[in-house]
Amino acid sequence: MSALLETKGIKKYFSTPKGMLHAVDDVSMTFERGTTVGVVGESGCGKSTLGRTIIHLLESTAGQIIFEGKDVTHPTGKELFKLRQDMQIIFQDPYSSLNPRFTVEETLKEVLLRSKRATRKTVDKEIERLMDMVGLARRWRMAYPHEMDGGRRQRVCIGRTLAMNPKFIVCDEPVSALDVSIQAQVLNLLEDLQKEHDLTYMFVTHDLSVVRHISDNISVMYLGQVMETCPCEELFERPLHPYTQALLSAIPSTDIHKKKERMLIKGELTSPIEPEPGCRFAKRCPYVCDECDKPQQLKEVIDGHFVLCHKADKFVSC
Amino acid sequence: MLRTQRKVADVTPATMKKSKEETKKQSQFREVMKRLMQNKLAVLGMVIIIVYVLVAIFAPYIIKYDIAELNLGEKNQPPSKEHWCGTDDFGRDIFSRLLYGTRYSLGLGLGAVALGLLVGIILGCLAGFFGGWVEEIIMRFCDLMQAIPGTLLAIVISMVLGSGFVNTIIALGIGRIPMNSRLIRAQFLNQRQLEYVEAARATNCPKTKLMFVHILPNTISPLIVLSTMGVGGTIMMAAGLSFINLGVQPPLPEWGAMITAARQYIRYYPYQLLFPGLFMGILVLALNLFGDGLRDAMDPKLKD
Repeated sequence: MSALLETKGIKKYFSTPKGMLHAVDDVSMTFERGTTVGVVGESGCGKSTLGRTIIHLLESTAGQIIFEGKDVTHPTGKELFKLRQDMQIIFQDPYSSLNPRFTVEETLKEVLLRSKRATRKTVDKEIERLMDMVGLARRWRMAYPHEMDGGRRQRVCIGRTLAMNPKFIVCDEPVSALDVSIQAQVLNLLEDLQKEHDLTYMFVTHDLSVVRHISDNISVMYLGQVMETCPCEELFERPLHPYTQALLSAIPSTDIHKKKERMLIKGELTSPIEPEPGCRFAKRCPYVCDECDKPQQLKEVIDGHFVLCHKADKFVSC
Repeated sequence: MLRTQRKVADVTPATMKKSKEETKKQSQFREVMKRLMQNKLAVLGMVIIIVYVLVAIFAPYIIKYDIAELNLGEKNQPPSKEHWCGTDDFGRDIFSRLLYGTRYSLGLGLGAVALGLLVGIILGCLAGFFGGWVEEIIMRFCDLMQAIPGTLLAIVISMVLGSGFVNTIIALGIGRIPMNSRLIRAQFLNQRQLEYVEAARATNCPKTKLMFVHILPNTISPLIVLSTMGVGGTIMMAAGLSFINLGVQPPLPEWGAMITAARQYIRYYPYQLLFPGLFMGILVLALNLFGDGLRDAMDPKLKD
């Protein structure tokens, strides 16, 4: 089965007064149909920018985006219109991602009519169907966003996304603004919808437990680059990149008898503006050596497990 | 069993829909009105404004004397039972002229503000939405206009265009454009970075719709307040223009023009100036009170 979506060496630079900011640098990813790819990384590592670039809210600086076998890196107006039906996004903040002056009905109606998924006659039924689908009681139909809580708003956002009938959805930290109890509801909803509609997710988050729960594959990003990509459980059992190891050791354990060795990383995020060619994590890496100053290549260390570190082979054996 | 339950659930919202839609749809407007009604001064202002508007509309039916007919036998009479505000130097009833003049003064104020709003909003939307060179051109144009003092600008424009009702509206309206478009642009910059704008783009929303249907309604409330207060200032300025023989000309009973005409008799017949000034002062005061109240009512931070 061919992948639904592929990115090849995608780059997104922003020009700033201090120089080029490498927000996303040479990222290649594959999204298989009906699966979820989790993208984790700390704030400012370019994971949201990557998502927005893939669905063409931002124009990529270089690289290729291939959707259903077609190169869609630079779509024309018509192509873009069609493409947006297939690729959608759910935002982090359900407060600012809904127009405060639109009721639930208006929000959904607008999208339904524009995407020609409903006519004026059928739109009422469609709205009800969508609201049922995302588990929103019908009494909220005429409600304004400020009358609803975060979870319900996020359901409206999901409903708006589904109104376009997409195949691929970028979930940009969709639960990080919500309470833990509501997080679970929304995550379950997303999973159910995935099964029902054969959706493909790119799940951007910084919450490792969430990403473990929902992902099939995980990519770890650091300063605009993918450091490690592998199947979900593999990452948690055998993290190979030093950054991933540090990240995972930060997960608190519930077992008080098992002493966990925490791997602390020193220093701060280096600047993404005009970075040096070598490994971007080198300045904070405990295993740093001269080799790290050379440009690194993402290599397959074990089957399906890619790491951007020349020492990865050694970590496998130990 | 399940099916019937579904059906019941379907029916209830459908029947309730109509009434609910109407109440909900107006909820924001109602909330503002509710808070406005609690402010006694604002209500007073609103009542006075309504009275003025009614007078302006029905002026020809209220007045007892013709506003233009000369009656030299009764010139310069002090206030009396027949002539509540006295008569002017041509023997015309000042009270009738004042009532009729409401049309011109209010019309000038509203017209100029509306013109400033219309053009200001469009320019501000374009500048705030597109940014780049569009914004650069529009904003530098605004800078240019704001560098000239407002009164001077109005004087120059009305000198170029000539006097008259419509020309005065244009002269006063143009001066309001830069302020309005600046405000709208700033609001747009604020709203543009919110995610609902991005969401609308991601769902293929056309630019004009995004601009005018999505963003504009979220930016407009400070402008409403500013413009309400602006009507008063504009009326004053219009009177000022008439006073220096620009703007609306006598014999039209515009208040400013009436004050000008009475100026030379200030020592002997001060009431000829007093009443037009009073009429104008009360209206401007009412507009300011109402605008103040509106600002308080629309400020979401004051929500209780």
